[in-house]
Amino acid sequence: MADAIITPEGPIELEARDLSVLYGETRALKHVHLQIPDRQVVAFIGPSGCGKSTLLRCFNRMNDLIPGVKVEGEALFQGRNLYAPGVDAVDVRRRIGMVFQKPNPFPKSIRDNIVFGPRINGFQGDLDELVEHSLRQAALWDEVKDRLDSSALALSGGQQQRLCIARALAVEPEVLLMDEPASALDPIATQKIEDLIYQLRAEYTIVIVTHNMQQAARVSDYTAFLYMGEVIEYGPTNGLFTNPRVERTEAYITGRFG
Amino acid sequence: MSQRHLQDDLDKLKRALVQMGETAQHAVSMAVEALREGNRAKAYQVIDEDGKLDALELEIEEMAVGLLALQQPMARDLRFITTTMKIANDLERVGDHAVNVAETVHYILEGPRFPTLPEIDEMARSATEMLSQSLDAFLRGDVVLAREVLRRDDRVDEIHGNNFRILLTHIMEDPRRIGVGMDLLLVSGNLERIADLATNISEDTVYLVEGRSIKHNAGRGRPSTERPAAS
Repeated sequence: MADAIITPEGPIELEARDLSVLYGETRALKHVHLQIPDRQVVAFIGPSGCGKSTLLRCFNRMNDLIPGVKVEGEALFQGRNLYAPGVDAVDVRRRIGMVFQKPNPFPKSIRDNIVFGPRINGFQGDLDELVEHSLRQAALWDEVKDRLDSSALALSGGQQQRLCIARALAVEPEVLLMDEPASALDPIATQKIEDLIYQLRAEYTIVIVTHNMQQAARVSDYTAFLYMGEVIEYGPTNGLFTNPRVERTEAYITGRFG
Repeated sequence: MSQRHLQDDLDKLKRALVQMGETAQHAVSMAVEALREGNRAKAYQVIDEDGKLDALELEIEEMAVGLLALQQPMARDLRFITTTMKIANDLERVGDHAVNVAETVHYILEGPRFPTLPEIDEMARSATEMLSQSLDAFLRGDVVLAREVLRRDDRVDEIHGNNFRILLTHIMEDPRRIGVGMDLLLVSGNLERIADLATNISEDTVYLVEGRSIKHNAGRGRPSTERPAAS
């Protein structure tokens, strides 16, 4: 079992160290140890309720917003515990951006969606340049450049999701957390998000939670399989999907679970 | 994912491979019998029936590609499908080598009498058994049996090397025997290749079960068989 959870090579960007999360009496995450390497894509897979979204949310303190939640152990970002006293959760969320399952653009113009975060953070540079750069990074620029002032809500679901990615990128984070970013999208929009993940890996560390195993297999460098709040297996994606070390992983990915 | 559907399709693929394995084994046994008995009718039957193996190979390929495209199998299922495709390809080659042996029967019967070579008999027996064992090992996921086949291959390679030397001696003693001698060397080569293909199947079995490839293992020390020294 020991070699079922590997230590990735290269510098580590995020790390869970004996990390547990309790929702009231329920322990949703049980003493998790996991290292996420810098500028790699890591996928979390597992059945519903296994703790994968909970683990993801620990890395930008999104769980703080849920009443009754208790976090034990450490979640480290570049070696610093995100839950240490004095750490500013808002600053954490600027450096570790997040994209959610359902596109959630602000009911504002496309431009305003992008500049909202940077403005709050006191951005001093050229806003037009920032808007274009962010939208280009999210592979959306060509589709919206002529209507930056129209409502973001008029965009298609896939475009809205890419806008949310552009919005997350606009504050220049170092990590991007994605919670089922393509599950509400059609295959073509999904393909675009996956292409985007592939391009963004050069500059960002990306952690993605997905129910779609083929998606995890396609986009990630490392995959973690979680079950009942524990990391059962973690390793290079290729190995995990062709030759898993643990029987439960095998059962899950071959659809013979439970 | 419709799990039963995937399992049904995997079972179907397995059955097709079993059928192909039996057909290939039959072809080899028949070719060997034709050679031993000097039986032209059996030899022609081997040649005529080779199309069955070609058709089965195509059928298996089509099923496997369909499964990959539609079911996106993972882990052992994925390894099973990819190894099945490779084994189907190996069995098709086994059929071709059986045909080569069968074709030689005609020429050997036409040529001058040649002393019986017990070495060819032993090779034929080994190759046939290895093929049967390798298929059993694959179907049962038996890596112990698979590794037994790998060990036997070394002996077959050795006999092939000896045959080269023995046949060369016969040819040098009597130039009229050059034709038949060459034909028998080809038979020996074809049997050696059948044993090699059985070895491939066994290596794929180890990959299927253990998830790691043991091919091209320098440590296993397979002697060169292409052109052994004719000391």
